[in-house]
Amino acid sequence: MDLKTRGVPATDEERAAIELVLGPAPARDMHDARGGHEFRSRRHLLLPTLNAVNDRVGWISQQAIDHIAERLDASPAEIYGVATFYALFATEARPPRQVHVCVDLACRAFGGVTEADLPADAHPSPCLGMCEQAPAMLVIDSGNPAQRVAIGGITADQIGAATSGDRIEPPTRSPAEFVPQAGDPDLVLLRRAGSGDPLDIEAYVEDGGLAALAQAIDFGPAKIIAAVEASGLLGRGGAAFPTARKWEAVRTQETMPHHLVCNADESEPGTFKDRTLMENDPFALLESMIIAAIATGCQYGWIYLRGEYPSVEATLTSAIETFRRSGLLGPQKGFDITLVRGAGAYICGEETAIFNSIEGYRGEPRNKPPFPFEVGLFGQPTVVNNVETMMNIPSIMLGRTESNRRLFCLSGAVVNPGVYEVELGLTLAELIDMAGGLRDGSQLQAVLLGGAAGRFVGPDSLDLVLTHEATRDAGLSLGSGVVMVLDQTVDLVDQVRRIAAFFRDESCGQCVPCRVGTVRQEEVIERLASGIRDGQLELLEDIGKAMTDASICGLGQTAHGAIESAIVTLGVFGDD
Amino acid sequence: MTEISLNIDGENVTAEEGTTILQACGGKSGDIPTLCYGDTITPKNACRLCMVEVEGSRTLVPACSRPVEPDMVVKTRSDRVDHARKMVLEFLGSSVDLSLTENVTEWNAEYGADPERYGDAAATVTQPVKVDNDLYVRDYSKCILCYQCVDACGEQWQNSFVIEIAGRGFESHVSTENDVALTDSACVYCGNCIQVCPTGALIPTSEYEMRAAGTWDEDAQETTNTICAFCGVGCGLTLHVQDNTIVKVTSPEDNAITHGNLCIKGRFGFTHVQDGRTIPPTADPEAHP
Repeated sequence: MDLKTRGVPATDEERAAIELVLGPAPARDMHDARGGHEFRSRRHLLLPTLNAVNDRVGWISQQAIDHIAERLDASPAEIYGVATFYALFATEARPPRQVHVCVDLACRAFGGVTEADLPADAHPSPCLGMCEQAPAMLVIDSGNPAQRVAIGGITADQIGAATSGDRIEPPTRSPAEFVPQAGDPDLVLLRRAGSGDPLDIEAYVEDGGLAALAQAIDFGPAKIIAAVEASGLLGRGGAAFPTARKWEAVRTQETMPHHLVCNADESEPGTFKDRTLMENDPFALLESMIIAAIATGCQYGWIYLRGEYPSVEATLTSAIETFRRSGLLGPQKGFDITLVRGAGAYICGEETAIFNSIEGYRGEPRNKPPFPFEVGLFGQPTVVNNVETMMNIPSIMLGRTESNRRLFCLSGAVVNPGVYEVELGLTLAELIDMAGGLRDGSQLQAVLLGGAAGRFVGPDSLDLVLTHEATRDAGLSLGSGVVMVLDQTVDLVDQVRRIAAFFRDESCGQCVPCRVGTVRQEEVIERLASGIRDGQLELLEDIGKAMTDASICGLGQTAHGAIESAIVTLGVFGDD
Repeated sequence: MTEISLNIDGENVTAEEGTTILQACGGKSGDIPTLCYGDTITPKNACRLCMVEVEGSRTLVPACSRPVEPDMVVKTRSDRVDHARKMVLEFLGSSVDLSLTENVTEWNAEYGADPERYGDAAATVTQPVKVDNDLYVRDYSKCILCYQCVDACGEQWQNSFVIEIAGRGFESHVSTENDVALTDSACVYCGNCIQVCPTGALIPTSEYEMRAAGTWDEDAQETTNTICAFCGVGCGLTLHVQDNTIVKVTSPEDNAITHGNLCIKGRFGFTHVQDGRTIPPTADPEAHP
């Protein structure tokens, strides 16, 4: 390939940011044949490099794109294609302060923040994963170093202050503040929430940390997988696939190396459980990953963290360093973990889009089959597990025989919103009671189960038993554990409009049913919201059916579910 | 090669392992419509027009990409299949200019697609035509994002990587870096992107200008296969001739060597054939000693 760039040198700042990730540029002269494969084999450093430039300069200029292209021996068009895929990047100059205010379901219903309320220079943001503290914003100050702060419980004044450039203090809250059960001795997944500094490795070990790893080493791969299988652990990312089957499929692949990807791209509106887990017990996640790597023969571990979780990024970076220093991770141990930060793309939580994103390509889902266990990250056998799934592993190694605990993200009109760990089998009413019941004066109007990709249920579903089987029988899914409680004050039509806008924004654009279908769906919703009825419900049903049946990935396939339930179950638009 | 037996539309057929459902249907089920599928490019299965029903699959599957499996039971027509095809045709027909796309009128009739029902306010990809060089134009109002031009320009054929998909969702579009003109990009004007474009979004300037002038008449055109005379490779050419003038050059896609690909000379260097030498050779020995 002949690279054609414009010959305009990158600025010193851009060059420094690029070299932070790629190292100093090798000296080359006109007759130097270096490059080629050596450069292209570092393509997976593209996303970190773009993040570095965007962090330091605030946007990604054409000369920065050209320079990255030269360093990775990739065409500038490819780099531009990747840079324009992510919502947190810009390819036009912009001020160093960028304010992203969540206008998603919980924040608009209970934080009173909608697009119309924002100052002109604030970005309306999809769910920031802080629904229990709604409303929330993410403030990014580019520079060296960049400051990235996510703040919950904000006021209109704070948004105004942030957009006018006032200094933003990082919140000092403890990660356990929104874990209402913190300290409960029965907790398994959240057992360390509130037990002091989550990054104190000595306290972790004293508290029983690393015992599961010792047990797993003793077990060896076959026994680890047998224990996971016996526990009946199902994936917690939304699809509920048996974890042991995934692991066994990768373990038996002859192609080497194997990869372990921890999906921490938690972006489903209403979901904040993985953030809560990682903030409160980062070492347990790393320990779980090491155990999974032993079981599946993985040499490379990856944590793909959404770009909107700056505090988790700091926590995990520090935890990984501590584990390396303690000799638990690193090349000499045969397994290391790389933290990859996303840059604003819901679709990258899809299990094959995550591969493309890590590899430095646009985060578009891949065709299945082939499935990840066979052809995954870098075309090699790969395990992808959600954070909560991983966090089940240590207790299973230590003798827990049933994976019957899971997390629910309670938000909305409950007294104590937050993440709750419960034994499966509770009813929806019991779960809402755990969160202190409805707020004073609130009457239940609806509950959103499973997020934007889930479905609404009405007050008549309070007896619904929250298990995989019972929800499946009711045509529902626990999904990522979202339980957003909507009272009579919530405008359901507004919620439906937001869901339609969310999917239109987040569609990757690869396949026609989703790329155009999400746009047409939103157009119909807007017509319905403005009172036009004439045949619109029928048209919407047609659109929904095509998206569900013909889209490449889960995004398009679920983009109509919540809207359909709002119409059919809740009757938000009445009858046709 | 292992032969696999499967059932398509109630009929038992055999196909070689590794072939796709579309290939297994062969000429028999020639009625599976496709848009993003091209004979020379690995399909991206982005258009989702070729969807078929496979027993046991929760969703429909793309016939162009799904490999056959033993004992697979495939339905190439059903209510679900027809609905998906109708909607894809409507989604594209209501957002993209399909006036130069083959078969669309017939398919719309067959599947009952009515792109008009989304109203005048429906979002479209309509935009100005990009004319930034003398050889071909890019009319992205006609682009369905089949990815074929990107793949032809990139790793599947030309290895130039001049264009990529940029943006996301409905804003996705084919673009050079920062949308620079082709003349500022690494484009080598091989025109292999034009060859694979199924919708006329990419066409040679010669065709574009004749269409604009109303003189383009495909019915009056003859095609002649020949060999490119520029170098020793011997690429196959198809000359499209109207009124005894070459108006366009394509390349046979079934050519085992070139698969429809050419270079700038083969695809665009045809004007000398008809222009002749406008300045006669001089006999003045002093001008050319």
